[in-house]
Amino acid sequence: MSLCKFAYHGPETLDEVLALLAEHGPAARVMAGGTDLVVKMSRGQVAPAVVIGLKRVPGLGDLRFDPVHGLELGCMTRVSDVLEHPAVAAHYPALAEAAQATATVQIRNMATIAGNLCNASPCADNAPTLIARGASVELRSPRGSRTLPLAELFRGPGQTVLAPDELLLCITVPPPRAATGFAYLSLSQRSAVDVSAVGVAAGLTLADGRVAEARIVLGAVAPTPFVATAAADALRGQRPADEAFPAAGDAPAEACSPLGDVRASAGYRRKMVAVLVRRALERATARALADGRARTARPAEVTP
Amino acid sequence: MKQTIRLRVNGDTYEVAVPPWRTLNEVLREDLRLTGTKRGCGDGDCGACTVLLDGRSVTSCLMLAVEAVGHEVTTVEGLATARDALHPVQAEFIAAGAIQCGYCTPGMELSAAYLLSRNPSPTDDEIRRGLSGNLCRCTGYQKIFEAVRRASDRLKGAAPPDAAAGDPAAGGPAGGDPSGGGARP
Repeated sequence: MSLCKFAYHGPETLDEVLALLAEHGPAARVMAGGTDLVVKMSRGQVAPAVVIGLKRVPGLGDLRFDPVHGLELGCMTRVSDVLEHPAVAAHYPALAEAAQATATVQIRNMATIAGNLCNASPCADNAPTLIARGASVELRSPRGSRTLPLAELFRGPGQTVLAPDELLLCITVPPPRAATGFAYLSLSQRSAVDVSAVGVAAGLTLADGRVAEARIVLGAVAPTPFVATAAADALRGQRPADEAFPAAGDAPAEACSPLGDVRASAGYRRKMVAVLVRRALERATARALADGRARTARPAEVTP
Repeated sequence: MKQTIRLRVNGDTYEVAVPPWRTLNEVLREDLRLTGTKRGCGDGDCGACTVLLDGRSVTSCLMLAVEAVGHEVTTVEGLATARDALHPVQAEFIAAGAIQCGYCTPGMELSAAYLLSRNPSPTDDEIRRGLSGNLCRCTGYQKIFEAVRRASDRLKGAAPPDAAAGDPAAGGPAGGDPSGGGARP
């Protein structure tokens, strides 16, 4: 059960990290929190010749918020940092819900949000909410920097568009908008610890009591996070009823492509998508209304 | 490939030569002979290997020893401040009969100590969530839950510890609650 042999580098500046990535590229793995990489190494699923640890680079774990630029998560921001930050609780409650759904207390104290994304597990709890929230990621290499919408990071299970010499440097989430609410709900067989069998992020912006814009993103029911664009667009102009949008989950349940595995059958996942989309929209609607500005929303205020 | 590193564990400094692929769990147990920290699943799921790193609970099986350099590690051996002065969590684990085979106990106690260090007055639900990263293979969750409840009361000074000992009703309101059977919510 011991780990494969590798050379370890603990660079102390970002430039050193990038130089090591350029030098070792495909032979190297970057270690952020290590909670996925160490498990994969102990199971023999990966055997990198070089491990580049990021823990000694100052500043990579910073979490910054301001109302104009939004939220910025450095690549070493831990899941527990997100969970404990007052600005996240106040302005991004769905991000906190996704963080809370991630693994255990101890893992949340080690694992990073960026690592959860870069491992590209289809059931990564933190991806759907960040995508729904319009997050982008900055990828840095010695060749330069590029910024992508988060949804474009993922290529397939365990696969991203990151080049061998690229580092996901930070995640940026747009500032909160008026009369807008988001929510994340997930199901797993054994509550907190288990990997989510289905995860649903939903959000909407209300104007004059109607949906101005909606987002629905599903986790664990497709090879990559599934953005249910058509279903979300169909909500535009609708008025939230008592049960919000009772049939809003039916189309995404049909459109996604879940696998059946030890955690849930494909059919169960589809049925739960329908339920969780409805419930997530209910909670998002309640948050949008609670924002207080919904009933008197001025159109100018709801567009970014 | 070995490198000499300095680890701070329970207030002591150790100089050890380790290869980078050794986990903190392996080095604590095999090099430093601090075998209070257990190894269970090796995947970070069971919590038997829990230690505190700068006061935060982490699973030592998923951490490279070289990455613990510069941080303060606390194992169960360092939880008590002296041989005859157990940490309140340890004392209440004994008083509540929360130890069966004992394999999960060090990890449970560190998770409990971490929870109470950040939230001295947890609700029942918060205690269960706080322990949800630790599995007890004897399934003795209810006594563990009661021990943490009592430790919380003791740390707050709400109940004299000896008055509570031996009184089965003192463990809190969860006695007859069937949902209280598991620490995992």
